[in-house]
Amino acid sequence: MSASTDSGAAAHGGPGHPKRPVTGPRARPGRFRRAATRARTWLPGLLLVSPSILLIGVFVYGMIGWNTQLALSDKHAPIQDGSFVGLTNFVQLWQEARWPAAVTNAVVFTVVFVGGALFLGWLLGLLLDKGIRGEAVFRTLFLAPMAVSFIATGVVWRWLMNPAPAERATGLNALFVHLNLDFLVNDWWTAPDLGMAAMALPAVWQLAGYVMALFLAGFRGVPEELREAARVDGCSEWGVYWRVVMPQLRPVTLSAVIILGHMSLKVFDLIIAVAGQQIVADVPAVYMWAMVFEVRDPAKGATIASYLLLAVAVFVIPYLVWTVRKERSEGR
Amino acid sequence: MTQSAPGRVNAPSGVGAGSSPRGRAVRFTVLLVLAALFLLPMYVLAVTGFKPFSEATAARAWLLPREWSLEGWSTAWSALAPGLWNSVRMAVPSAVISAVLGSMNGYVLARWRFPGADTVFTLFLFGMFIPYQAVMIPLQQMLVNGGLMGGLFPLILAHTVYGIPICTLIFRNYYASIPGSLIEAARVDGAGLLRTYAHVVLPVSAPAFAVTLIWQFTSAWNDFLFAVFLTGPNSWPVTVQLNNVAGSMVVPYNQQMAAAVLASLPTLLIYLVLGRYFMRGLMAGALKG
Repeated sequence: MSASTDSGAAAHGGPGHPKRPVTGPRARPGRFRRAATRARTWLPGLLLVSPSILLIGVFVYGMIGWNTQLALSDKHAPIQDGSFVGLTNFVQLWQEARWPAAVTNAVVFTVVFVGGALFLGWLLGLLLDKGIRGEAVFRTLFLAPMAVSFIATGVVWRWLMNPAPAERATGLNALFVHLNLDFLVNDWWTAPDLGMAAMALPAVWQLAGYVMALFLAGFRGVPEELREAARVDGCSEWGVYWRVVMPQLRPVTLSAVIILGHMSLKVFDLIIAVAGQQIVADVPAVYMWAMVFEVRDPAKGATIASYLLLAVAVFVIPYLVWTVRKERSEGR
Repeated sequence: MTQSAPGRVNAPSGVGAGSSPRGRAVRFTVLLVLAALFLLPMYVLAVTGFKPFSEATAARAWLLPREWSLEGWSTAWSALAPGLWNSVRMAVPSAVISAVLGSMNGYVLARWRFPGADTVFTLFLFGMFIPYQAVMIPLQQMLVNGGLMGGLFPLILAHTVYGIPICTLIFRNYYASIPGSLIEAARVDGAGLLRTYAHVVLPVSAPAFAVTLIWQFTSAWNDFLFAVFLTGPNSWPVTVQLNNVAGSMVVPYNQQMAAAVLASLPTLLIYLVLGRYFMRGLMAGALKG
């Protein structure tokens, strides 16, 4: 299922597994004996997984349940028993000025970040696909930001995107002045309307290499015979990419969108490192943090968290179900 | 270099076909320009850290230091040392425990399946994508109620538990790719689950362990969210301390940049040395579909 382990096998004609993986010894004769032995064969497996099932059950699903319960209650102070109030908190959130603004910021950030990282990653993959001198060095460089924390990235980019005006500019603004490109000097993330687009730049810088790696693996997983057939049919090299290669990459693109999208909606570290809690760069995750540590309103914090979970769940759940089903039907 | 270079994938496709020398030169130039853009932040990080306090000014922002100084590094080191140590003490155990659990789960889910295994796997995978905000308030509450707050335990617990899904996924894919005949032979010989695991599966698991350990270590090291919610000043890991150093306006740039480099060095070194394994962890996060 992982792109890396499979793509290698696929491209080399697959030293893979001709048979389905064993799902339990197939005792040949005797229907009844088979049923009895079967339980005895799978039970140890279930036992071995049970500690993890318990942990995931409690810490993922139990906690989500508890959080939902909090969000549906009026526990607006840590020491206070809450009672059930239905969706009141969910409705009230939209009546504040801060919440819709935070949501808008997160949406702008997501669009620029996902779009930017996809485009840049795709471009890098395309440029490297045909093999070029120093390919390994390029790849290593473009991927390197992935190894670094969003906090470290944020520290550098806050310096780079310092909004001070030209006469006392630092960072990129200073570089622009230096190069006589004064018209490029701008307010970066502090701009009221498009600030979040600038905020997405460090995230693009950090994840474009990842998308590049996904696309590169995807490009190279397309069988050469397919490309050759298209060339024989008179396709130009661009035509081969658009008509043959790109359609094969839809699953890779979908994966990339899901991964980047779910990171983006809950973005927190980067915002804190670049902007702290300044309201111009407010996003739901930062708002929730403030609810827990400053306002100390568990119900409201839990409500914001529930919205974040919903936003991620609506596209991740169908994706997961689709992936696991597809994998099963391919007999892996 | 090529052997261990991160992002190593199959050989270039269609070499020669359609790539004229001119096209090649254009591609190379565009790549160089993009590489330079990618290197800008890294240049700032590396160079600013070596500037003495007097040179960490806006006017000299993009210039090389006139005088190379270690002043920024030593100050940053003394500010971050406790955090670095906390990060090591928290990231190593959680990486090891979740890798071991992931290995057992992956083995069962790939090779010793029980009824409902697919459902369990899907439910695990969802745990990989949840925004951790959705569990944070109850988790914090539970740890407070249980008297478990304080020290690094909450952080180790969180990284271990929420690391289980990705570790399970990596091991499951890995075990699905090793030849089934080995395991079958052991089962025919009457070996039970644990014996097959210990004698047949575990000895060939080293690559998957490398991938999961590196992945888990890196994500625990780079985490900030769990750290701010679940630890106090004495057990802050390096990300929180870096944010505090950089967040205060009084700290000069040379120290901020040096601190950012110090906090990133361990994971960057792992990436450069063991990039191949790092890469596989990355790719595992993307369900292929």
